[in-house]
Amino acid sequence: MSEPSESSRPTGATAASAASAAPDSASARGPLGETLLEIRGLQKHFPLTQGVLFKRTIGHVRAVDGVNMTLRRGETVGLVGESGCGKSTVSKLLVALEKPTGGSILYKGKDLAAMSGRALKEYRREVQIIFQDPYSSLNPRMTVGDIVAEGWSVHSDVAPRKDRLKRTQELLDRVGLNPDYVNRYPHQFSGGQRQRIGIARALALRPEVIVCDEPVSALDVSVQAQVVNLLEDLQDEFGLSYLFIAHDLSVVRHISDRVSVMYLGSIVEEGTDEQVYATPSHPYTQALLSSVPLHEPHLRGQKDRILLQGDVPSPADPPSGCRFRTRCWKAQDICATEAPALVDRGQGHPAACHFAEARAVVPVDVD
Amino acid sequence: MTQSQTDPAPRRAAPGAPLLQVEDLHVEFRQRSGVVNAVNGISYSLAEGQTLAILGESGSGKSVSAQAIMGILDVPPAVVSGAIRFEGRDMLTMSAEDQRQVRGPGISMIFQDALSSLNPVYSVGWQIGEMFRVHQGASRKEAKKKAVELMDRVRIPAAAKRVDDYPHQFSGGMRQRVMIAMAIALDPRILIADEPTTALDVTVQAQVMDLLKDLQRETGMGLILITHDLGVVNEVADDVAVMYAGRIVERGTVDDVFTDAGHPYTEGLMNSVPQLEAKGGRLQPIVGQPPNLAAIPSGCPFHPRCARRRLGAEAAPGRECSTDVPPLRLVAPGREAACHYSEEVLGVRAV
Repeated sequence: MSEPSESSRPTGATAASAASAAPDSASARGPLGETLLEIRGLQKHFPLTQGVLFKRTIGHVRAVDGVNMTLRRGETVGLVGESGCGKSTVSKLLVALEKPTGGSILYKGKDLAAMSGRALKEYRREVQIIFQDPYSSLNPRMTVGDIVAEGWSVHSDVAPRKDRLKRTQELLDRVGLNPDYVNRYPHQFSGGQRQRIGIARALALRPEVIVCDEPVSALDVSVQAQVVNLLEDLQDEFGLSYLFIAHDLSVVRHISDRVSVMYLGSIVEEGTDEQVYATPSHPYTQALLSSVPLHEPHLRGQKDRILLQGDVPSPADPPSGCRFRTRCWKAQDICATEAPALVDRGQGHPAACHFAEARAVVPVDVD
Repeated sequence: MTQSQTDPAPRRAAPGAPLLQVEDLHVEFRQRSGVVNAVNGISYSLAEGQTLAILGESGSGKSVSAQAIMGILDVPPAVVSGAIRFEGRDMLTMSAEDQRQVRGPGISMIFQDALSSLNPVYSVGWQIGEMFRVHQGASRKEAKKKAVELMDRVRIPAAAKRVDDYPHQFSGGMRQRVMIAMAIALDPRILIADEPTTALDVTVQAQVMDLLKDLQRETGMGLILITHDLGVVNEVADDVAVMYAGRIVERGTVDDVFTDAGHPYTEGLMNSVPQLEAKGGRLQPIVGQPPNLAAIPSGCPFHPRCARRRLGAEAAPGRECSTDVPPLRLVAPGREAACHYSEEVLGVRAV
């Protein structure tokens, strides 16, 4: 097996032309900070059925149950949560791979559910996705060049036919792959390189928004940092907005401007990275942060240890009131009857807890 | 840092004597396409109550070396050479029956993927009880009773009720506890944990790591923790061996190695990881990809990715990075690193 080795930076000769290849530069777009995506009360319930011939619905898995988020141009919003909390369903709803059960996704002020025909096609071009698993998300029978260029067969106006090979090569170069590899197949690349192919594929359609669904979770630490840096560079260059979904809290803090914490289908806390990490106010966020092992020896044992008991309840039968109350040490009677709203209760940023209170869990690195 | 070694934990061997000594272990896989050199001469020892972390990325040989110790590699295609001494006896020259006697009461292992490591058609109680039935000739009833006790010990709630449940009825964290229950059933002297928490969420990971530490404190067993997670190593282990391309490139206490790396690879890893406690500046990744084990670079295997390499005339005689293999040598008290220029790496990150 040949293992092409790559540097993480584009070669100087073609770097300049690559900029014109992929999406428009930031200046050609709307102003930074303009609201691009607004998610209001988003719900996705999957039916649970019983029976073979005559299917009866016996319940619903409430995968996403009332999610509110805003994504502005040029910013990165991190979405963290543990497995099964519904974060990947949010990403599928955003790229219109699933239809929401309730709530709305507004893109540049227009409701996604009301879009059809040309508007929907345009939405699908402008909102792209990078998947977690670089092994199963690339077609093994297609060459890298075909994978990157495939979107243009639907959105043919993005790249004129005769320029496509050149544009593909420029894109590969931009994401740090050798442009001569257009005719290679995915199995000839390592995990990190495959993730770069996935990024080039998303960039090919000049998106405004990229939903990154656990883009670095499958990668080794040293390669993960390469991909994180690449995503940051591309954002600066093309004015992209990212919804960065991950379970690794350190990576999310590093890359995100704002962070939302998700538990069992809904957002429990949101704020800037500093607000959420330095002054977490929801007990779940506090427990989550306190569970992350730190790699600096001088910080060992300085963390406020909160060990959660038990497991996440089933989203098919979530607890009444506050979803987190079954594992919460602060739970009282009101938590079982009344679902707490995601509002600021005096701690400086919104948290969905009746007893929200800022508590520093992560030690501050003084040196 | 050596606190767990001075703990008044129950001891069974002469104090200080290593339980396990691995000497110049090599593992290669002979395939039609060529020879894959998965492990290339690693040596380490483990004492009672000690936690040794083996840190490395995928393809560094960390799991294969553990499988060689457990004797669960298929031979052939694997070829294992060197020595693995458990209480002084070389396991590689033992009969298969003697090896089987060591596995279980001597050394046991837990794996990353608990779901695929458990048999889906037997209840967990039956699978835990199998240890007692096979190794100790216990009756079914006794075995089940002991299984419940073990499930209690690994803090599975309502153990008596859940003993007849099947693996798919447990969550990921609970399944890993079932695996741990099976591994500690015969009170092993050494537990090898191969990425025990990689598939788990952080809150569950914290529970499982706490459980492993508590069990170790109770029994005084030696723990070999195989992981790629720097945070887990820092919070759990006493000592760390960093592996790259089938070799140990750096070894020392976690405090020493993580505070001030002595090998450019370790240094690169530390610079690649974002921090939780601060947003931090731009990450400094290691360039390139880990090497293909069928074609490991000549000289120092890390030299194609190394920012500190010295090639040709830049290098000191006998220390050319692309031709001379750096031996694992003492570079500071209690510290070993396999780099010709380790002294230049040390002190750079000093806090």
